[in-house]
Amino acid sequence: MISAFFIFNQKGEVLISRLYRTDFKRSIADVFRIQVVSNSDVRSPIITLGSTSFFHVRVNNLYVVCVTKTNANAALVFEFCYRFISIAKSYFGKVDEESVKNNFVLIYELIDEISDFGYPQNSEIDTLKSYITTESVISSAIVAEESSKITSQATGATSWRRGDVKYKKNEAFVDVVETVNLSMSAKGTVLRADVDGHIQMRAYLSGTPECKFGLNDKLVIDKNSQGSGASDAVELDDCRFHQCVRLNEFDTSRTISFIPPDGEFELMRYRSTSNVKLPLRVIPTVHEIGTSQVSYNVAVKANFGNKLSATNVILRIPTPLNTTSVDCKVANGKAKYVPAENVVIWKIPRIQGGQECTFSATADLTSTTTRQVWARPPIDVDFEVLMLTASGLIVRFLKVFEKSNYQSIKWVRYLTKASGSYQIRF
Amino acid sequence: MSIRAPRKGENYELSVDLNSEYRDKRKDAIKRVIASMTVGKDVSGLFPDVLKNMQTEDLEQKKLVYLYLMNYAKTQPELVILAVNTFVKDSEDPNPLVRALAIRTMGCLRAEKIIDYLCDPLQRALRDDNPYVRKTAALCVAKLYDLKPELVIENGFLDQLHDMISDSNPMVVANTVAALTDIHIAATSNQPTDTTSNPAVFSITSAVLNKLLIALNECSEWGRVAILNALARYEAQDDKESEHICERVVPQFQHVNGSVVLAAMKVIMIHIRNVRRDDLVKQLIRKMAPPLVTLLSSPPEVQWVALRNINLLLQKRSDLLSNEMRVFFCKYNDPLYVKIEKLDIMVRLASDNNVDALLSELKEYSSEVDVDFVRKSIKAIGQTAISIESAAERCVNVLLELINTRVSYVVQEGVVVMKDIFRKYPSTYEGVIPTLCANLEELDEPEAKASLIWIIGEYAEKIDNADELLGIFVDSFTEESYQVQLQTLTAVVKLFLKKPDSSQGVVQRVLNTATKDCDSPDVRDRAYIYWRLLSTDPGAAKAVVLAHRPPISIPRTTVSPALLEELLGEISSLASVYHKPAQTFVGHGRVGADSVQRQGSEISDAQKALQTVVAGQQAENLLDFGEDPAQDGQPSGLAATQILPSTPAAANFLSGTSANPLDDLVSIFGSMGTEVVGAGSAAALSQTSMSVSSPFDFGGLSAPSSQPTQNAQPQEDLLGLF
Repeated sequence: MISAFFIFNQKGEVLISRLYRTDFKRSIADVFRIQVVSNSDVRSPIITLGSTSFFHVRVNNLYVVCVTKTNANAALVFEFCYRFISIAKSYFGKVDEESVKNNFVLIYELIDEISDFGYPQNSEIDTLKSYITTESVISSAIVAEESSKITSQATGATSWRRGDVKYKKNEAFVDVVETVNLSMSAKGTVLRADVDGHIQMRAYLSGTPECKFGLNDKLVIDKNSQGSGASDAVELDDCRFHQCVRLNEFDTSRTISFIPPDGEFELMRYRSTSNVKLPLRVIPTVHEIGTSQVSYNVAVKANFGNKLSATNVILRIPTPLNTTSVDCKVANGKAKYVPAENVVIWKIPRIQGGQECTFSATADLTSTTTRQVWARPPIDVDFEVLMLTASGLIVRFLKVFEKSNYQSIKWVRYLTKASGSYQIRF
Repeated sequence: MSIRAPRKGENYELSVDLNSEYRDKRKDAIKRVIASMTVGKDVSGLFPDVLKNMQTEDLEQKKLVYLYLMNYAKTQPELVILAVNTFVKDSEDPNPLVRALAIRTMGCLRAEKIIDYLCDPLQRALRDDNPYVRKTAALCVAKLYDLKPELVIENGFLDQLHDMISDSNPMVVANTVAALTDIHIAATSNQPTDTTSNPAVFSITSAVLNKLLIALNECSEWGRVAILNALARYEAQDDKESEHICERVVPQFQHVNGSVVLAAMKVIMIHIRNVRRDDLVKQLIRKMAPPLVTLLSSPPEVQWVALRNINLLLQKRSDLLSNEMRVFFCKYNDPLYVKIEKLDIMVRLASDNNVDALLSELKEYSSEVDVDFVRKSIKAIGQTAISIESAAERCVNVLLELINTRVSYVVQEGVVVMKDIFRKYPSTYEGVIPTLCANLEELDEPEAKASLIWIIGEYAEKIDNADELLGIFVDSFTEESYQVQLQTLTAVVKLFLKKPDSSQGVVQRVLNTATKDCDSPDVRDRAYIYWRLLSTDPGAAKAVVLAHRPPISIPRTTVSPALLEELLGEISSLASVYHKPAQTFVGHGRVGADSVQRQGSEISDAQKALQTVVAGQQAENLLDFGEDPAQDGQPSGLAATQILPSTPAAANFLSGTSANPLDDLVSIFGSMGTEVVGAGSAAALSQTSMSVSSPFDFGGLSAPSSQPTQNAQPQEDLLGLF
């Protein structure tokens, strides 16, 4: 299992080091610095040197590193690294060198709590926050009693929830967030279009509520065996649930039932590949005029009802490496050439449904000695559309049952977005 | 007391602050001590001062002091004893967090002196009524075993752990299983022979199995992984039980944590072997596909682990993801290691139905920036051509388009790939030869040159100016690499045998240069053999050099079937990521940690670092996916015995990522040689001998030592010919 845990900064200085086992000395950190941090050509997230394996994940110029000498479970180690990052984010807002340095005491407390002897332990953020806090706790009789409650909850069958939660107003917020992945070929055919959705829930409910959740899905683990359903039903290729959801029940009867954690959590993730509605249609025409110029004509069309609108639309339009200047003409938003990234960034604050925006530009190129073909990276589009789901998914119901039989208010929001994976080749 | 530091400097200031009468100041000082410790400064001299702050009501401060203790207990064994009292007192604290903290820390101190005081508190903690304390204590037993196994056995901690599998709390069960497994591995990796008598062995009985299956649905994600790992080790009594396990584990596919999903896959892959009901097998396999695809939307590192495992799973069940090729299309901003794995999987999933989509993708990738990725994409086109005959022509057309871009590395890789296509479909695509020859000037890599020369030699009768083209290489013969020299030699001899009239001069010239001016014995020897062969019996020379060779093919697996089964039983582990048995990169037994350290203490740290770096060079190769275990010089028992002679070729060729491209050909030759020997007929014998000198083996006699026997035999045959 994990023998040591390190955090390095970009220069390879150790910010955090914790040895869980004794098969290493602290000097093992130097080996990592030499082999990975100061090596510009690292081509794998796992480096094995002799019998020592280094697993590393990069986040904001930090290296989060786990070291082991065994035939460790690689997926578990990486999941653990990412869990640490998300815990750190939730504790101090962002994970970078400064926040790690400022909070190193807390980080040591956390990494000792979420892993013992190299075996990951409870890492539910809500539970951790109940007993690892930023202010110091003075041990006393009351605290001891409180701790017993916390600890039995942290290890219990519903480790994610305390029993004594009370709210005046019982509310539950459900956010359905869909990320659209698209790659479209230069000819305009869709090579791949799918939706990674996740359902985020904020539950402010008293007691131990029993929830049932329904979607307009026909869950197709097997596409062939189940015939036609209702026409508005959405096909989900796969879904995954927060640990509070009873997987057995889902497996047998397809009902999503659970006792939610208190506060915010990710209830489920799903994937859908059929009938994905593409919110934005991008039509690029790019011509290389000789060797000195490239002309662009890009049109973006909002492909949804005119009551909705796409916001924060950002198109990254690549230019050749030897571009000197780009002359852009846009009717909507702003376009700017960013030489450092070799792209023209076109920002449109809002596009109403059905609207079409156009962009035209010419890029001037310098002549180069080696004539290399321009690789033409794809155009990348980021956007957000509120109250739309690209997959067509709708929350049908959320029922809350509790002993005291209180009324609860539920809110549902939908958001479709793309960031970094909506790509159009040209 | 230890020698005090001088009364100045940072440590002195810290020591003053640690003894301050103000609580805040003391706490602040402890924080500074920990900060110095993290950056590697030696603050062990402050041990007594820090120790004074241990008895405190402030939990945070206590944790900090404990952290300090864990780091320096080993260096100050005499002083640690002073901390024992506080530890023992803490282990009876009313606050369960404090109790657990004390037990957790004591287990990490690893000082001989303190161990004896650990047993009583641990005994109590294992029976604590708070599950948080019990789960911590369970792991502490494993820590103690790591340090002093006798103590664990004497105190009956093992029996207690076995009882704790029935604990009412799922988290305790999970940690107990983790601890028992840890002890099991530690105990068995040293002496794998005595499995029955050793009390530390954790055998999973059917009673245990049921408890595990119940706990599985209730415990935390990491606990599930521990339990699933234990389930994977269980040997089912009959097929009913295997089916039962599979059915109970399948719901875990829906878990949000990727490692739980992969651990569940592992259990299924192991127990599915005993499942007899075909419909259930089908159903299980069908249920595996969606979660595997979903793993591709995880962070890149997890994705990569998943991809490597998908690659393995596909070798066992090629139909697993047959309709899902599109999800493996590379995104422009995927990291390179993810792209390369996706490429490999895409080629595996290629079929008549999707080959057009695949080819247009591969063509797209071939214009990207990263040279390595471009080369692998071009290789993938070649692999597609070889594995799907009906698509071969389309592949060749795409290759021609790419070669016409005139980008140097694209052209070179294209030529290499074309050579392989010729070896699969002899005399089919001769139309492309002029295009290839037109790029002769651009080639500067030995492999590309050698490939083109082989093509020219093979089709010498159809290329009008073959003698001119080969003449260019003969002129620069002594400057070329051995690989190119060998090819030139063979190609010229072929040319001579096919067109004796026009090439008398050039063959004379090449044989002269090769025997006189060349410093490679391989090249010289081959030249002599040709010379004698040509001068004594041109008919025999024709039979040897121009003999018909069977077409190449791409094997479906990159590892031997036995190794594949072993790796499928270790899904999501490092072994499955590397596609190598664990013995090749894990030392012999982690239990030996202490004894190894004792040995290691003789070697200085600097030397150790140096060793690691050297090992790193080898390990770097280890990371090179195409490298096969049989050739990395240290074959372990398994690698040596289980890997068929054909696998190295397969591994290198299919993944197309071998560090030394030569190996592909050499090892393909190796495996072919054996096949032919297997036939055993006289004709086959002459073919075998031929294959030593034939263009197939760019490496010729310098084939890697891993196949000495196969090489030796044809060599002798060859000598016997004269």
